[in-house]
Amino acid sequence: MLGYTITQWLFGILAFMAIMFGLMVVFSRNPVNSVLYLVLTFFCIAGHYLLLNAQFLAVVHIAVYAGAIMVLFLFVIMLMNLNQDSEPQRTMISKVIAGVIGGLLLLVVVGALRGSEQLAITRYGHSEIGLVRNLGRVLFDEYLFPFEIVSVLLLAALVGAIMIGKKEDRPLAESNQE
Amino acid sequence: MYMMLSVILFIIGAVGVMARRNTIILFMCIELMLNAVNLLLVAFSRLHEDSSGQVFVFFIMAVAAAEVAVGLAILSMIYRNVKNIDTDHLGNLKN
Amino acid sequence: MIKLVTLVPLFPLAGFLLNGFFGKKMSKGLSGAIASIAVLASFIVSLGIFIELNGSEAKEHVVNVMSWISAGALQVPFQFLVDPLSSWFLLIITGIGFLIHVYSTGYMHDDEGFQRFFTYLNLFVFFMLLLVLGNNFLITFVGWEGVGLCSYLLIGFWYKNTAYNNAARKAFVMNRIGDLGFLLGILLIFVNYGSITYTEVFPNAGAADSSTVTAIAILLFIGAMGKSAQLPLYTWLPDAMAGPTPVSALIHAATMVTAGIFMVVRSNVFYSISHTASEFVAIVGVITALFAATIGLFQNDIKKILAYSTVSQLGLMFLGLGVGAFSSSVFHVTTHAFFKALLFLGAGSVIHAMGGEQDIRRMGGLSNKIKITYLTMLIGTIAISGVFPFSGFFSKDEILAHAYEHNKVLWMLGMITSMLTAFYMFRLLWVTFFGSFRGTHHQAEHLHESPASMTIPLMVLAALSVIGGVLGLPEFWGTHNWMQEWLEPIIRRPHGSALSHETEWMLMGIALSGALAVIYITYMVYRKNNVLPEANEANLKGWQKVVYNKYYVDEIYDAIIRKPLDAISTALHKFVDLQIVDGIVNGVGTSVKSIGGLVRMLQTGNIGFYIMGMAIGLIAIIIITFNL
Repeated sequence: MLGYTITQWLFGILAFMAIMFGLMVVFSRNPVNSVLYLVLTFFCIAGHYLLLNAQFLAVVHIAVYAGAIMVLFLFVIMLMNLNQDSEPQRTMISKVIAGVIGGLLLLVVVGALRGSEQLAITRYGHSEIGLVRNLGRVLFDEYLFPFEIVSVLLLAALVGAIMIGKKEDRPLAESNQE
Repeated sequence: MYMMLSVILFIIGAVGVMARRNTIILFMCIELMLNAVNLLLVAFSRLHEDSSGQVFVFFIMAVAAAEVAVGLAILSMIYRNVKNIDTDHLGNLKN
Repeated sequence: MIKLVTLVPLFPLAGFLLNGFFGKKMSKGLSGAIASIAVLASFIVSLGIFIELNGSEAKEHVVNVMSWISAGALQVPFQFLVDPLSSWFLLIITGIGFLIHVYSTGYMHDDEGFQRFFTYLNLFVFFMLLLVLGNNFLITFVGWEGVGLCSYLLIGFWYKNTAYNNAARKAFVMNRIGDLGFLLGILLIFVNYGSITYTEVFPNAGAADSSTVTAIAILLFIGAMGKSAQLPLYTWLPDAMAGPTPVSALIHAATMVTAGIFMVVRSNVFYSISHTASEFVAIVGVITALFAATIGLFQNDIKKILAYSTVSQLGLMFLGLGVGAFSSSVFHVTTHAFFKALLFLGAGSVIHAMGGEQDIRRMGGLSNKIKITYLTMLIGTIAISGVFPFSGFFSKDEILAHAYEHNKVLWMLGMITSMLTAFYMFRLLWVTFFGSFRGTHHQAEHLHESPASMTIPLMVLAALSVIGGVLGLPEFWGTHNWMQEWLEPIIRRPHGSALSHETEWMLMGIALSGALAVIYITYMVYRKNNVLPEANEANLKGWQKVVYNKYYVDEIYDAIIRKPLDAISTALHKFVDLQIVDGIVNGVGTSVKSIGGLVRMLQTGNIGFYIMGMAIGLIAIIIITFNL
């Protein structure tokens, strides 16, 4: 079809959807909508991972991002009762500035990446590096130490989150009284 | 092509951070930027036939998860105290 | 025992630490006992060292304590030098120090700073021992500075009194001027000899050219001037009487002020080489002696009189050093330590009895009220006046004989000084202890003899003052001059008396008859006719007024040194400091502040704004990096 392979079609469609959903994340007024669009963006990105033969990563991505992180976001939004477009908007001028700066950045980066287009992936569908077996071998062989560190980091984040989120009424009340 | 895609996603995220005032949405934009980078890493991993890129993505996911957990905890904490998560209202450190 | 020399300074140090850290928790008795026992222990060890040294052939023992400074060419080991000089000074310091400690337990008994007092006192003894024992100039210098510090602390012991604090500061600053000279001398020695260790420098002292040696000797003497209160740096010593009386006795009479003498004797080789420096020392010494003696004539404060007498006696010692009579000077240091400590402690006892009164015009008739004090002070006074056979007679005579041999004018001035000494000391004695009581009624009732802890040291010192002379009986009597023989190994210039026996007898006769004549005059004036010092200073006329006001030396210093310095400082303050330095500093401050104020505007606290800034920066970086 039009000289493009199925993979290229898939890439184009997924890329378009990812960009559209990404824009919707930024522009939707309701935070809940934003979250949902972000989840869709993540699905598109997972599709890209599949296209890149990173099957395991795609699954993990959906599980971690769409399944855990975004649920956490939703949860917090619900908790704060922000489910409305009550958000005060920025002035038009600052939005325009943001857009202009973003456009400039895009232009500049694209300019910088000129000539790197020949780095296109040529061999689709033959790689096995995304398989769990290969990934696991690398992860637990070369990257064992960072892996352990990450586990410590997660533990620390867990404890930290609990500590921060704990309802510490006493010190706060005292400091308010002072 | 993937490079272009991730650059565009990244810049969408950046513009979002600049243009929005809701801290939660700011967080989501940051996630978007992180994912743009992840995508690029996977693409390069594929290009060079090297698993290291994908392993990095794992690590980034883990760090992002930690960041989101702590960040949202702080956020809910702030919300509990000032009943607001508007970035314009969170300038108290300045004074 | 010589190997144990480290213990000597260690005991007072331990006492200092104990009293310093736990003094507040101790009872006064315990604190005083610890301090006294520490010094007594040092004295016993010193005695052991002295006896062993006396019996041993080698007279120079270097005891290595530890390595200390090792920097390139500068090697300063922490060594003690035990030789006749240092062991003798050890005995003086610890012996008299112990007596004064005991005395202080009685004298300071009602003072709230009792423990603090003994802390300082022990620290002082420690530093003094360090000064004496060190085998190089640096250890001596450490001790030198340390005793200066302790002197400062003890003069300002009653720190709530501003005048006392000022006196303490004055002593500190005056000493500092001298210390600068000392330090420069040490540096010069290091530059010229490559070492500052005594046992290495002195044998090679002749290696440097004579002008260098003269410079070294004079610089060292400037240090001694400050510490031993010589003209023109003497003014701190009379003011130092602000401290408690035992301090005056220990520091400002018996030990610390003799540090200058010690140092000059220690480096006597330089003075033997340099004739100029010796002359300088002798002249400064004799002028100081005469000058201070005349001031002493009209003072009315019992401690001030003794202070000026100390300055004067120190001057005599320097005269002795200047004319090459090193052992005579050490002899005089010893006897002076006996009788001056005795006089100060006696004065303390009088002040104690009078309830703090120090003006002799308001005393009188005390001789039968406080008998022990009176008798011991009488002995001290006779000794210092140089009456045969008391100790002062021998030591003073020895110095004067050497001065006569050297130069008749110096002898003449020394003679006059010694007669003046007899005059003011007996004036003090007659006015204080005889005549009618002139104090208040309350004081008369309060009059009492001091406790045994104070009178026993007085008696011991009195006994020493009487018999101290045997240490240095004149040679022409056919006896041994023990002191001279003892110090022989460290004095690098042999000096036998070249005077004929007749001359010596004559000099002795002149000295003795002069002293007796003066005593008779004072007896006639102050005892028989009960002449009292003018009660109102304003009525003094002419030269008396000048002398009473100490020749206005303080005022002169004020006018020629302090005032110009003040003026220069003020000018510098106004122009350099306020305009230039402050201008630069404030300019930097205000510019930083204003720039900060501008930059602060960017700190909106708005995250979006920051990210915009970041993005713009990123754009700039990319453009620059990729040359777009």
